[in-house]
Amino acid sequence: MKVPLSWLREYVDLPAVTAQEVADKLTAAGLKLEAITSHGHEIKNVVVGRVLEIEELAGFKKPVRHCRVEVGEATPREIVCGATNFAVGAVVPVALPGAVLPGGFEIGSRKTYGRLSDGMICSEAELGIADSSPGILLLPDHTPIGADVVELLGLRDDVLELEITPDIGYALSVRGVAREAATAFGVPFRDPAAVELPAAAGESWPASIADPTACDRFVLRSVSGFDPAAESPLWMRVRLARAGMRPVSLAVDITNYVMLELGQPLHAFDRSRLSGGIVVRRALPGETLETLDHVVRKLHEDDILITDDSGPISMAGTMGGLHTEISGASTDIVIEAAHFSATGIARESRRHNLVSEASKRFERGVDRELPPVASWRAVQLLVELGGATAEPGVTHAEADVAPVRITIPADHPDRVAGVPYGRETVIRRLEQVGCTVVDGAVASSGGGHGVAATGVVSSGDLADKLAVRGDDLITVTPPSWRPDLTDPNDLAEEVIRLEGYERLPSVLPAAPAGAGLTEGQRLRLRVGRALALSGYVEVLSYPFIGVRDLDNLQLPEGDPRRRATRLVNPLSEDEPYMRTTLLPGLLKTLVRNVGRGFADVALFETGLVYRPEPDAPAKAPVLPVDRVPTPEELAEIETALPRQPVRVAVVLAGEFERSGWWGGGRQASWADAIEAARTIAREAGVELGTRADQHEPWHPGRCAALYAGETLLGHAGELHPRVVEAYGLPPRTAAMELELSLLVPSGPVQTPAVSAYPVATQDVALIVPAETPVALVEVALREGAGELLESIRLFDVYTGEQVGEGNKSLAYTLRFRAPDRTLTVEETTAARDAAVALAGSRTGAQLRGA
Amino acid sequence: MSNTYDPVEVTPLHADEVERAQADALAAIAAARDLDDLKQARLAHAGDRSPIALANREIGALPPAARAEAGKRIGAARKAIGEALAARQAELEAERDARVLIEESVDVTLPWDRAPRGARHPLTTLQERVADAFVAMGYEVAEGPELEGEWFNFDALNIAPDHPARSDHDTFFVESTDSGKVLRTQTSPVQIRALLSRPLPVYVISPGKVFRTDELDATHTPVFHQVEGLAVDKGLTMAHLKGTLDRFAEVMFGEGITTRFRPNYFPFTEPSAEMDLRCFVCRGSSAVPGNPPCRTCKSEGWIEWGGCGMVNPRVLIACGVDPAVYSGFAFGMGIERTLMFRHNAEDMRDMVEGDIRFTLPFGMEV
Repeated sequence: MKVPLSWLREYVDLPAVTAQEVADKLTAAGLKLEAITSHGHEIKNVVVGRVLEIEELAGFKKPVRHCRVEVGEATPREIVCGATNFAVGAVVPVALPGAVLPGGFEIGSRKTYGRLSDGMICSEAELGIADSSPGILLLPDHTPIGADVVELLGLRDDVLELEITPDIGYALSVRGVAREAATAFGVPFRDPAAVELPAAAGESWPASIADPTACDRFVLRSVSGFDPAAESPLWMRVRLARAGMRPVSLAVDITNYVMLELGQPLHAFDRSRLSGGIVVRRALPGETLETLDHVVRKLHEDDILITDDSGPISMAGTMGGLHTEISGASTDIVIEAAHFSATGIARESRRHNLVSEASKRFERGVDRELPPVASWRAVQLLVELGGATAEPGVTHAEADVAPVRITIPADHPDRVAGVPYGRETVIRRLEQVGCTVVDGAVASSGGGHGVAATGVVSSGDLADKLAVRGDDLITVTPPSWRPDLTDPNDLAEEVIRLEGYERLPSVLPAAPAGAGLTEGQRLRLRVGRALALSGYVEVLSYPFIGVRDLDNLQLPEGDPRRRATRLVNPLSEDEPYMRTTLLPGLLKTLVRNVGRGFADVALFETGLVYRPEPDAPAKAPVLPVDRVPTPEELAEIETALPRQPVRVAVVLAGEFERSGWWGGGRQASWADAIEAARTIAREAGVELGTRADQHEPWHPGRCAALYAGETLLGHAGELHPRVVEAYGLPPRTAAMELELSLLVPSGPVQTPAVSAYPVATQDVALIVPAETPVALVEVALREGAGELLESIRLFDVYTGEQVGEGNKSLAYTLRFRAPDRTLTVEETTAARDAAVALAGSRTGAQLRGA
Repeated sequence: MSNTYDPVEVTPLHADEVERAQADALAAIAAARDLDDLKQARLAHAGDRSPIALANREIGALPPAARAEAGKRIGAARKAIGEALAARQAELEAERDARVLIEESVDVTLPWDRAPRGARHPLTTLQERVADAFVAMGYEVAEGPELEGEWFNFDALNIAPDHPARSDHDTFFVESTDSGKVLRTQTSPVQIRALLSRPLPVYVISPGKVFRTDELDATHTPVFHQVEGLAVDKGLTMAHLKGTLDRFAEVMFGEGITTRFRPNYFPFTEPSAEMDLRCFVCRGSSAVPGNPPCRTCKSEGWIEWGGCGMVNPRVLIACGVDPAVYSGFAFGMGIERTLMFRHNAEDMRDMVEGDIRFTLPFGMEV
């Protein structure tokens, strides 16, 4: 909402303060300042002049005039001018030499087109009144010559641009902002809507409300003999422009002006185009209307319409129809001022994607008492400025609306704020808002009302639950312009806000002792740190994927990761699904980094994947809100939602250990990817098991399934060359993904016994068939070695002639130690032999050289 | 020790022999060029089989009258040799230190980036820092799904079916516009879940990912992060809300940070407020005309940090909490925004693109 300060000052006697000070007070009251725009402060030395002589200069590419202009000085000024929309005798603004125009543009005396130009005749644009103007600004004939134009036209002004929250529609008017400013400065407010209306004689035009849920008040007034050629006066055009509205024509400008002034949207019909009585109703199936913008709109049966015998003539509160529009020839005008359903207009405006100044106000709630006043104000202006005659009749159709009354204990605002305002202050503030306050409770307490303009329909039961009990009750009736005040806390906010949020003390509540982070939350934190310390950089990629990603990953038909949740309105039609795996986002981020010149990249991400169950219900119910849902109702929502487990994934390519002056580096490989899983499992205190697997998108010969006991956690290894190609990844890119939700921290770590006895070391080399998984051999060695085994380490894997075709040799160091004695050679040899024997029986391992 | 004695005087015990042995020893010690030479000299002249050692062994065999003098003579020689050895040892060690250790010296300014360097995303660590601040105040961290039921995301939060936020201009709808499922547009549904599942009083904080249908640009991203706080207890007031957020602001931005509450509107709180921070770069000076402009607060002097208010009693009712007994407050802040002005991050695109140059400098903590 843009409010020229001069307009505001018409309704409130603001003290001598700057625009910034006014804005600060309004911001503190909840009308937040967006920007202050200053107009006309820099303009000086522009005066009113009268053109005495015009000489057309010939021989130039465009028309050029040399004029003599009287400016209230001893002698007239000679001025060269390029505009032609004025004649001798015209009264015009003249910038004298030394004048400054908007933008710091200085006017001097100079020679041009062979003549002296001792100043400039100005257009509206040059004075900063309009963005563009075709010619010179022509002033009324009786304007005093030599007068200061800025003073005369009120060009010097500041415009406050305020952000109006959706609950306070009344502040989308100068009237509403002025009321807030008056309260903020503690000065009287002159309500422009407090006018005495003339007694009506009959109807203006027949009209009725067919659907009281669509409209509960409908007022028509009319004028005749309006002069369609009449122009809007300059002051009105300036105000409209500064309030952000483009001047159009006098009749339209008047409806806009009244809307800005009072907050009541108006619509003007050409009376000669109406046929028969007007009915306010919802649309019928198949109805259409060609609106002002020449679009034929298909109407929805919930649309609220103004209709006559010919059918729809206007979409209520959103846009008028073309046929009944005011034209350049209209002389008889019917002004409509109505109170429409806020939700009805909100839906209509969204359905048709039509947001207008009118719909914005209706949606946010318009003062239900305004239609008779605003329509009268418009008629007055049409008479005054357009030469029209007011018709004596007024049409006033309305539906009954139950008044809102809210009963609260007088100290309710105190208890919400934690500040002892006291009864007197509470009542005074509520009255400043415009409420009527009476002592005691009134039967049928607040909340229970019909169609409130905010669209909040509360049942009596809900009102009962919202009611605040206590002693010293007061009953508050909010004013007609505050349909947002329905609940006890709404009233508390009014008192607290007007007393000033800055007065709230700062008190830290004494929360009960909490339990800290859960084990799962602590694990996620540790996993993030451990991966980062291992050399991975965390990314947070968008969780959107496309079919192309699933194809790129080489996922077969029927792979559960292809069962993805689709968005109705995705950002991009290429990625309309929610991710079922973290890998696409990571791989694309890897490619991006490589493309930016970083060949060695290791990334990780922790986040949710979205896994819809095949038999889940399609719809999650939208439950009532006036009571707590039952567990069964809540379960219905939960079962309709996809499973959303937390996953962690890594991708890496290039050198994982860099080469340098110290020698060669080490390429990232399948082994690093599996090690990342081990790092994660270690943080959970879980032993990670690996088994060879074939699982897309991994290389079928270089893919490990990751296990915690018998629970499959995920996979790791080198990516399939086809995946590498599809995403444009560096060769041999490796990846790991596992479900962190499945990794249950194993509970407190048990303290190991640390033996002070010496270690005994035995090395063994075993020959096994090349395809034997090393993990099996190691498990057998561990088991076979028994309790004396402290650790086992594979220090070499060898293939070659010496171990025979199709075999490999595994060289292990076994370290033995006892908790209570120094081991003898016989003991350790026996343990080693037992280990080798079990490995032999399980995997066919043979002691090398045996 | 034997009490018998050898009446024959052994040659080495003669004074001139002792003198010669000592002179030989001192010459050999002086001639030692390095520690190995000295080791040889020590073996030859001070070892078990050196002339002096042999002579020393014979003292016991002397007649008692001669023992004292011989002992004194040999003792003096041994002492002299021992001292010469120690002195030469120290000399040679110093020489070796000066020479050899210098020969072994390396260029310690050589770069070393052999091990890969990782980092956590600042949005993650910032969320952890926020959680940490509230855990210290007794809060617990609550979580909920990102793909959420509409009832949780809107209705239970008193966001009416026709509220503009519920249009597909703001909200990602899932499967169909009437499926009752959306990508959560705020972390507030976690409030509802916390109130439905936890015993009262409830003090929870819920950081997390949220979604709105904005195009990615320098100041918008369709996927962003929020932290939401909720306290429901007996007797909570707006003063408690202010106290909590003042403390939070101090933890995040340092002591002395000025905050401001300003009336605002949210369906799920009543009364509602916007919390502004006094710009900690210009301290508000840029808002005064004529002063230099400030990029951080766009010369407004204040930075909008987040929304807050007293939990709307309608929300409590939808969660089965009696507003006549309990009251509560709630607040929510954007993590990206907080990162932008706490760390001078200027472009949100950097936060989502995953460029390692953006993330690496943040390391493990933010």
